[in-house]
Parts: sequence; C-alpha cells; structure tokens
Amino acid sequence: MQSEQNREGFLCSLPVLVLLAAIFVAPLLVIFGFSVMPGKTFSLLQAPTLENFATIVNQTYYQSLLWSLGLSFATVVILLVVCYPLAFAMAKVFGTFANVITVLVVLTLFVSENIRLFGWVLVLMKGGLLSGGLKAWLGIEMDSLLYDVPAIIFGLVYVYLPFMLFPLVLGIAMVPEELRQAASDLGASRWTVMREIDLPLALPGILVGSMLTFVLCAGAMAESKLLGGQKVIVMADEIETAFTYGQNWPLGSALSVVLIILIGFVAYFVLRRVDLDRIMGKT
Amino acid sequence: MVIDITRRQRIGFYAYAIVAMLFLYMPIIAVTLASFSKKRYFSFPITRYTTAWYAKSFDDLTIADLLWTSLTIALAVMAICIIIGFFGALAYARYDWRGRKAFQRFLLLPIFFPQSVLGLALLLWFNFLGIIPTWQTAIVAHLVWIAPIATLVMAIQAYSFDPALEEAARDLGATSWQVLREVTLPLIMPGVVSAGLFSFLLSWGNFPLSLFTTGADLTLPEWLYAKMVSGYSPLVPAVGTMTVVGVAVLLAVALAIMWAFRRTHGHRGPQAADGEG
Repeated sequence: MQSEQNREGFLCSLPVLVLLAAIFVAPLLVIFGFSVMPGKTFSLLQAPTLENFATIVNQTYYQSLLWSLGLSFATVVILLVVCYPLAFAMAKVFGTFANVITVLVVLTLFVSENIRLFGWVLVLMKGGLLSGGLKAWLGIEMDSLLYDVPAIIFGLVYVYLPFMLFPLVLGIAMVPEELRQAASDLGASRWTVMREIDLPLALPGILVGSMLTFVLCAGAMAESKLLGGQKVIVMADEIETAFTYGQNWPLGSALSVVLIILIGFVAYFVLRRVDLDRIMGKT
Repeated sequence: MVIDITRRQRIGFYAYAIVAMLFLYMPIIAVTLASFSKKRYFSFPITRYTTAWYAKSFDDLTIADLLWTSLTIALAVMAICIIIGFFGALAYARYDWRGRKAFQRFLLLPIFFPQSVLGLALLLWFNFLGIIPTWQTAIVAHLVWIAPIATLVMAIQAYSFDPALEEAARDLGATSWQVLREVTLPLIMPGVVSAGLFSFLLSWGNFPLSLFTTGADLTLPEWLYAKMVSGYSPLVPAVGTMTVVGVAVLLAVALAIMWAFRRTHGHRGPQAADGEG
C-alpha cells in the first residue's frame, strides 16, 4: 500500500512540479547567472565576477535594503497589534459572523492593489476625502498626509492586513478552549491566559503571518511609489530601475539575489518550525 | 462559547470588526465617489456629479482592448490552474508519499516571493529562450504565483475528505479513472470551484507579474497604474470602479450557483452519479 501511495502521490505532484521547474526555478537560475556577470552585459557567457555585489556595498544600494527591511519590520509589528484582537474575535467570539468577515476581507484581495492604493491617495491627499471633509464640515485645515514614510507604512499595513489576519485566525483557532477554561478556573487572569496559553499555542499562526507579511513587504514597491511619492527608494524599486532605465541586468540580478537570499533565510527559519498539515486542518 | 467574555467586551469586538471593515473598504468607496465627480481632478466634497466618465470609458477603444486582454489572460490562467492544481492538491493533502513534506514547502516558495522580482526573472528567462513577451507570456507569469495558490485552495478541501471512500470504490472494482471521476472529483468539487474563482480573480487584478511580462500589450491594472503615475486620466476612477463591480458581480453569481447547487445536491451527498456504471 505504501509503495502505491508513494507512486500516486509523486505522479500527482508532477504537473505542478514540472510547471514550477520551468517557470520558477529556471528563471531564478538565470537571475543567479546574471548576478555574477560583468556590469551592463546582456549575455550569460562572460567570465564570472563579483563586481555587482561590490557595487551594492560601495554605492548607496544597501540603504534601500535597510529601508525595505525597516519598513517591513514596522509593518509586521503594527499588523500584529492591529490584527490580533480581530483574529481572536473571529476564532473565538464571532461564530458565523466570522465567515462574513472572512468573505469581506477576501473580496478586497480581488481588487487590484493599484486601485486600492489609489483610493487611499484620494482619501489622504490635500483636498481629498479626509482633509476636504474636515475643512468643509468642521472648518479644520489639514495638509496632505501623503508622500512620507508614515504614509508608506500605512499603505503596507493596509495591503498586507489579510496576510497577517488569516494565519492568526488559524493559529488562534488551534488553541483548545478547555485549556483556557482550565487556566481560568485555576485563577489565571485574562492577561495570564493570553500570555501563557493563547500566544504560545497560537505561535505557528503568528510565525507564519509575520513571515508572510515581512517577506511580501520586503519585496513591495507600489506603496512607496503611489503613497510615498518616491520619498524613499525601496529595494524592489532599485531592482526595477536597474533592469529598465539602467539597462544593467547584472546589477539588477545581483540586487534580486540579495533580496532572494534574505527572504529565503526568513522563510526557511520559520517554515522549519511549523507543521503545515496541522495549520491547514489535518488532525 | 469563550471564557468570561462580558457583554461589553463582545460589543467591543463587533465594533472593532466593523471599523476594520470600514478601513478595508474606504479606498474602494473613495474611488467610486471620485468616478462620479465632474471635475477633471478630484476634490472633496464633490460639488457636481456626472456619469460622463463612464460613458467615455465605454466608448474608448483602448479600454475595450485592455478588457479583452485581461479577460483572456484570466480565463486561460483559470483553466490551467484548475487542472494542474487539482492533481497538486491530491499530492499535497491526499497521498501519504515520501516527498510530501518537501513538496508542501516547495509549493509555498513562489507565493512568498516578491512578485516584481518574479516578473523580472521571467523576463530574463524569456529573453534567454528567445521568446518575445506578449499577453501570452503574461499567462505563464501569472501561473508562477497563482497555480500554487489554486493548489492550496483545493488542498484545504482535499484534507477534509475520507480516503476510505476511494478505497471502497476500488474494492468494489472501480478503475483508477472511475475512482477519480466518480468519487474524488465530486468530493473536491467545492474546492475546484473556489480555486477557479481565486485563479480568475487574482489574475484579473494582478499588476506586478504583468508589468514586465506583457511586452507591448497592456492589461487593465497596468493601464491604471500607468495613468496614476503619469499622465493622469479622469477615466481612472471610472475604469477602476468598473473592474471592482465586475469582480462583485462575478462573485455574486458564483455564490448564487454554489448555494443553488448545495440546495439541490446537498442531501444526497457528493456522489450524485449513481445512475452510471
């Protein structure tokens, strides 16, 4: 029986594996190849060199990397605080109302990120929904809230909220109610229950959510472009510029490789500690 | 249901959820409002309303073109994702095979990848292979990110089914193909429908993967972005609102069909194919 399971499982995995080998692994290999080519070349057949990585260190590119990481870190922390109460309520308090929230949140994911960020531009700009409304109805003058670092973080929090929320809900749902009840009966305060039971047992969900949002933020670009007005140049932005205006594929590839390695490191670190079967509902 | 939650706390949780939903829908409301504003450049409060921008968008041939491109890509992505993801989901959740854990983790990698980097990597890859990017290559690009998601969506459904049903069918003499068609497929059907819907909608709204891989062709989100960044057009809010309405209508139809399906087939269970043999 086991050999049959092995055979059929492998056969079923083949289509998606072949697809990803051809359009995910192979392109990444090309990126890795280009990252060690001399600058500004369009051919993969030169002698390998590490000059692109030297350029990244010597010029200001590392600043973009730090900005991306800093923005991602801030976003993850804010999202944890913002999403935890909602996730808790969805997993433990709401019952069927949680399904309504789930559908409403998923719906927004299908609207292009551009349109949603553009909507925030309309809300936050001078004379937009917020400042225009305040001025017309309350007589309060207000400047544009756009084009600065807080606006970028705001945009990141907004766009990636679902990616924190759903893993948190799954994680908190894994906390057995009897255990919380028992702790409470034994005299634990609500705060103690949260610290000693909820948080440790929901940790897989918290880790997955944090990793997901961190990684997605680190590669994000539209938020800083649309809401940040290029006040800050993020990593993905540098990569795009190197490939398009710069026409320097090797440099763009090297920057991508740095980002990829960083993301791979975070993902590996987290996924090693998480059992995917359990979090997705297999008992 | 939960330990010592007072009435006031319960109300607090509901209020928080409602505020969170307002936050999520705020920009969509703003875009919709702006689409009815008569001014070329939006300012609030709106003094004069108009539907002229909608009329203009309908007449615009470029926009009709964009619509077809986006639609064709999304339909192709959906079809391919359903087929490939179906088998992937079985491997992910149903079979207990040797490489499964590694397969599960590998499948998550593309989802976690920054999409703009994926798009650029594909551009280099196409260039390496000598393929000129058009809307067809955008289909391939979308698959990198959407096929794993479709697989996961169907895998969630596959987790909840009992392998004993397949065993029983096999013991009763069904061939592998019959088991697949008569037992497995109907059981995973709700997952297939949601995965198809997810694939279509994620492709429809995708921007970062399209950006580098459509070549001279444009999709709707690309056009919107181009107009937002430079050369603003007052058609942007109207077209944006229409894509949102399109999504809403599609989802409403899909939900209605699923609901009707559940009502007619619900009691009989998923194996509604007892007449065949």
